[in-house]
Amino acid sequence: MANTGTKGDKVFQAIVFAAALSIILIVAAVIAVMYQSAVPSMERFGIGFLFGREWKPAQEEFGALPFIFGTVTSSVIALILSIPISLGIAIFLVEQAPKKIARPIAFMVELLAAIPSVVYGLWGIFVLAPLIREYIGPFLQASLGFLPLFQGRITGIGMLTAGIILALMITPIITSVVRDVLEAVPHTQREAALALGATKWETTMIVLGNAASGIAGAVVLGLGRAVGETMAVTMVIGNSPQIAASLFEPANTIASLLAANFAEATDEIYMSALIEIGLVLFLVTFMVNAFAKLLIMSVARKTNSAKHA
Amino acid sequence: MESKISVKNLDFFYGSNQALYDISLEIPEREVIAFIGPSGCGKSTFLRTLNRMNDTIAIARVDGSVVIDGRNIYAPGTDVVALRRKVGMVFQKSNPFPKSIFENVAYGIRINGIHSNKADLEERVEKALRNAALWDEVKDRLNSSAFGLSGGQQQRLCIARALAVQPEVVLMDEPASALDPIATQKIEELVVELKRDYTIVIVTHNMQQAARVSDRTAFFMLGKLVEFNPTQKMFTNPDEKLTEDYITGRFG
Repeated sequence: MANTGTKGDKVFQAIVFAAALSIILIVAAVIAVMYQSAVPSMERFGIGFLFGREWKPAQEEFGALPFIFGTVTSSVIALILSIPISLGIAIFLVEQAPKKIARPIAFMVELLAAIPSVVYGLWGIFVLAPLIREYIGPFLQASLGFLPLFQGRITGIGMLTAGIILALMITPIITSVVRDVLEAVPHTQREAALALGATKWETTMIVLGNAASGIAGAVVLGLGRAVGETMAVTMVIGNSPQIAASLFEPANTIASLLAANFAEATDEIYMSALIEIGLVLFLVTFMVNAFAKLLIMSVARKTNSAKHA
Repeated sequence: MESKISVKNLDFFYGSNQALYDISLEIPEREVIAFIGPSGCGKSTFLRTLNRMNDTIAIARVDGSVVIDGRNIYAPGTDVVALRRKVGMVFQKSNPFPKSIFENVAYGIRINGIHSNKADLEERVEKALRNAALWDEVKDRLNSSAFGLSGGQQQRLCIARALAVQPEVVLMDEPASALDPIATQKIEELVVELKRDYTIVIVTHNMQQAARVSDRTAFFMLGKLVEFNPTQKMFTNPDEKLTEDYITGRFG
């Protein structure tokens, strides 16, 4: 009788444990290798690497600031454009739309997430860039041209185009996470508000108040995606390492720099500089994602404890 | 007798399922009316027709009329928001907002623009908390989270929140079913107290509770109103055999 299945169970346990362990090892190995390869660049440029404004591989001058600037700015543009749209879609799907309409819309949103980023890039080059050059850019210049943000020549390739493409790409993920978070808000919260004579708008505000930290988590998750996005950005941002006030000017991001330059980085210090800037990106996205997960978890915990109270 | 609420020939459907059949009853002002009956008999559904809370269910449909103060609340063009302000509701599970104790009570006052200034708002919040017999327990921590209160306190907070918008009718859907006996007793005392100013309709599973707090009792079964009589009569000498069987615990 004894020990019938115990041996098999132990082997099985060991296998799944090894699988779980491997993910930690992989992450650790990636960091270790990147760090090691980045050491020459770190030793040579020190902390100044992060603040240097010139990127001239031929002269062995490597400053990461334009890329950090480009990454941050394009991501912020993406968030500004995407947050209201994503919130709007999610609120409509959860609070307003009848199921018959909600399902196909939710499906379309998820479909957006499945489009390969190179396709977004192509769409950016052939549709969005001309649109910005011919219509959106001139319109912004005519109405808001007094701002430095909208001055200068409009080529259609540049920071704004990249920001809009990124906005499109992060909208599905923000929408679907916000939707889950809103659905997790107990129905009794809506009823409580309605029973006090709240309008639909006021009831929705109560729901959003319940979901606030989860929504923040969704936004940070979207930010993580925007910061790390490579292909579509490379195709539309212009790949020029400059820090310009105008959103019509070309710029560059860390991810895009890496994608475009690895093949030609032949000497050691060039390669090392690229890896160091990659390490910066890795750490930033890692922290952003961890932060997002924490925020979303805190909502799940709160709504669970409310359910059991 | 002038009724506060007059229900005539009310049918209620979830899709093609009929949940209530031809309900007619008169609720007088400033009395406590208890709805009793076995689970699924439609008493909660009926309660929620009185402030149109069932509107949130897409497939729900109502026939017949509910007249409150001379107006049919199911007439086209009815202002549902104003109706719900007049007919407040307390739910089975306490559902405070994730706000402070003060802001929970202030919420309804704010959205309905009832207060004239900050001092008036504070006064109204205090009065509502006093009416709900909660003031003494929370007056020193009005700004802390409502989730820090015990279950019974949370439920009284929800009652205070409902009272703060000055409703005329308060609907209570098994307000004490999740509470311990002492918290339940407090809620019951409160219900009797509130009768001076409000018309109260309370759904309860607990027949002793109905007997203790209500002036009249309505007994529902399988979506039909079996009997509606003064509570005294209901529990001593009911008209219907079915009521007697239920009250004496022969089924249910």
